[in-house]
Amino acid sequence: MAIGSVPLRYKITIDPDRCMECGRCIENCPYGTFRKEGDRIVAVSRNCTACHRCIAMCPRDAITLVEHPVDYRSHPLWTPEAREAIYNQARTGGIILAGMGNAMPLPSIFDRLLLDACQVTNPSIDPLREPMELRTYLGKKPSKLAFRRTEAGDVELETKIAPNLMIETPIMIGHMSYGAISLNAQLALARAAHTAGTFMGTGEGGMHPDLYPYQKRLIVQVASGRFGVDIDYLNRGAAIEIKIGQGAKPGIGGHLPGEKVGPDVSRTRMIPEGSDAISPAPHHDIYSIEDLAQLVRSLKEATEWQKPVFVKIAAVHNAAAVAAGIARSGADAVVVDGFRGGTGAAPKVFRDHVGIPIEAAISAVDQKLRSQGIRNEVSVIASGGIRDAADVTKAIALGADAVYIGTAALVAMGCRVCGTCYRGLCPWGIATQRPDLVARLDPVREGEHVANLIHAWTMEVSELMGAAGINAIESLRGNRDRLRGYMLDEGMLQVLDVKTVGA
Amino acid sequence: MATHIDAAGVHYTPLNKEVRAAVAAGETEIVLDNVLGQRFIADGLVGEVTITVNGVAGGDLGMFMRGPTVVVHGNADHAPGNTMEAGTIVIHGSAGDAVAHSMRGGKVFVRDDIGYRGGIHMKAYHERRPYLVVGGEARPFLGEYMAGGMILLLRLNAVGPFAERGLASGIHGGEVFIRGEVEDRCLAVGAVRMPFGEEDRARIRPLVEEYCRYFGADAESILADDYTRIGPAGTRPFAGKYTWE
Ligand code: SF4
Ligand code: SF4
Repeated sequence: MAIGSVPLRYKITIDPDRCMECGRCIENCPYGTFRKEGDRIVAVSRNCTACHRCIAMCPRDAITLVEHPVDYRSHPLWTPEAREAIYNQARTGGIILAGMGNAMPLPSIFDRLLLDACQVTNPSIDPLREPMELRTYLGKKPSKLAFRRTEAGDVELETKIAPNLMIETPIMIGHMSYGAISLNAQLALARAAHTAGTFMGTGEGGMHPDLYPYQKRLIVQVASGRFGVDIDYLNRGAAIEIKIGQGAKPGIGGHLPGEKVGPDVSRTRMIPEGSDAISPAPHHDIYSIEDLAQLVRSLKEATEWQKPVFVKIAAVHNAAAVAAGIARSGADAVVVDGFRGGTGAAPKVFRDHVGIPIEAAISAVDQKLRSQGIRNEVSVIASGGIRDAADVTKAIALGADAVYIGTAALVAMGCRVCGTCYRGLCPWGIATQRPDLVARLDPVREGEHVANLIHAWTMEVSELMGAAGINAIESLRGNRDRLRGYMLDEGMLQVLDVKTVGA
Repeated sequence: MATHIDAAGVHYTPLNKEVRAAVAAGETEIVLDNVLGQRFIADGLVGEVTITVNGVAGGDLGMFMRGPTVVVHGNADHAPGNTMEAGTIVIHGSAGDAVAHSMRGGKVFVRDDIGYRGGIHMKAYHERRPYLVVGGEARPFLGEYMAGGMILLLRLNAVGPFAERGLASGIHGGEVFIRGEVEDRCLAVGAVRMPFGEEDRARIRPLVEEYCRYFGADAESILADDYTRIGPAGTRPFAGKYTWE
């Protein structure tokens, strides 16, 4: 039986009274939605991905985009998405690829956590007047310090302090590889990290030479495919991150399709042009926590113990136990990536159904490490769906030292979260390698936008801290007393270790 | 005169430090005596130097290495040649799992056997091509996800065809040569048999000769045998696996 076509998802209309037939929409839509017919512009709404590029570029505000009303028989279980996915797979027999983060309508825990503020007896702090300490050090901290008195009577520190990363804000930019995003996008992020006094992850695609000037602000990634990894790459990074898992697709590897492996990506990843870049699900030299410890140590040994080594895992049910293992593996920080984490391409079934919320994972990890007395041995970084300064503050209050932002940084550069990144045609020049599209993104201007975002959020975090009577990020970390749960069930409150509102 | 370092009871970090310092001072011959499982020997080491390891090398020997030659008189633990870029590792004995993992240049020779996942995810880029030569046997998943380079399994004491499963599963570049027969059921997804002709014999000849130079076997008789050549069905093994949202 014929499946036929599914209904339109979006409907694009052009107001003929406003349109002046300049053709900018035709130029700007890489999906071929618009074409000229006579002296009219017509739109094939079926091609639209709701990326908003045409709307943003139309000089006459002539374009309207709406989600197209769906006329299936309504059914609480057999949603239009469920039915359409079946049509798609019945036709193609393939795994459905999707971009960006989890798109299920699940409640956000962050939104059900409320921050505290001081009143009369313990007055709030005014960040304009009082110094606020947002500087954060990532890496191992000694549990106690030993001193020695020299013959001259001076006091000298005996404890050897492990290398730490110093950031002026608890906000960093997460790993998005060259290949998944464009070089201009990476350059913009690197510039932003530089301006904001923070760090940016290279992702697992190696480091393009154009990023070398920013290498002091880059954390290099070692993933299972080992793309672009050599001793120079390791030495360039300010820190090294081993990627075990990713929030958008826990338990599986990555796969950059061959058509995206052009000459430059090929050189940076050190693989032949046009071949698939396959990152296997596991690292083939890590089949146990002891093996992980071995990789941590081999990276340290190769770089002569000069660099902190992070380990990134996806937030899953046993994340806390795994994090405890990581803390004992010699790693300096554990990065936990929640199920809202974005990606260039993931099987939809993974993106939407595997993993757990970052809020629960971070709290569980922090509690586990504290209960084992090893919280100080490792820093904790939260990522995956951090949308604003409130999320940053709450993540830290739940036990993170710092956060990584990904999608938020892309949105600051124009991304409309259309979720079509896997097609490689990103109209904003972000998730694409097509030169004409890449050229749309100005690394200088967009770098400023991202830096502005981090600056703004950092100010908001310090205001929120001040309101809660806290003047140092150290005192916010794991400070669940500043949080209350609103409309969260008993079990969740227990996992989060926060009291309910009114308590 | 070679620099001798006594590794007895020395932790790997000071040991590697000493090696590095010697290389930095211009030493081209280093002998490590009494090595007993120290990991990461020559990890990330860059330079033209020959390191002789007397004893058993621990895991990740020569990881990220670029240039040196490491000769081990004894066995090696897992993943010698891991993510290595250039240079040569010669092991007079056997090695563990994941030998030459993700190696992208240089050569690894193992006189006897290797464990599981040998040559896994080996890859090539332009003139950089990795080679793994094993004189004995290899366990399952040899050449899995291989993306470039060459694996040569000589099976010098073999009886019967190669019968370990997961051979070259997901291979999308490079090739595996196995002396003698290979059972059909071993070939995993994406791996196909390719014809083995005289030009292929000529291509493996230098590797066989080099193996025999190190370990003293007869190259001509090894080369006279039949080989099974395995390569990728395509460079895009998973291209048809996905559909768009
Ligand atoms: S895909 Fe983007 S540019 Fe094209 S019509 Fe839709 S919103 Fe406009
Ligand atoms: S990066 Fe581009 S393709 Fe991806 S969601 Fe954002 S706008 Fe869409």
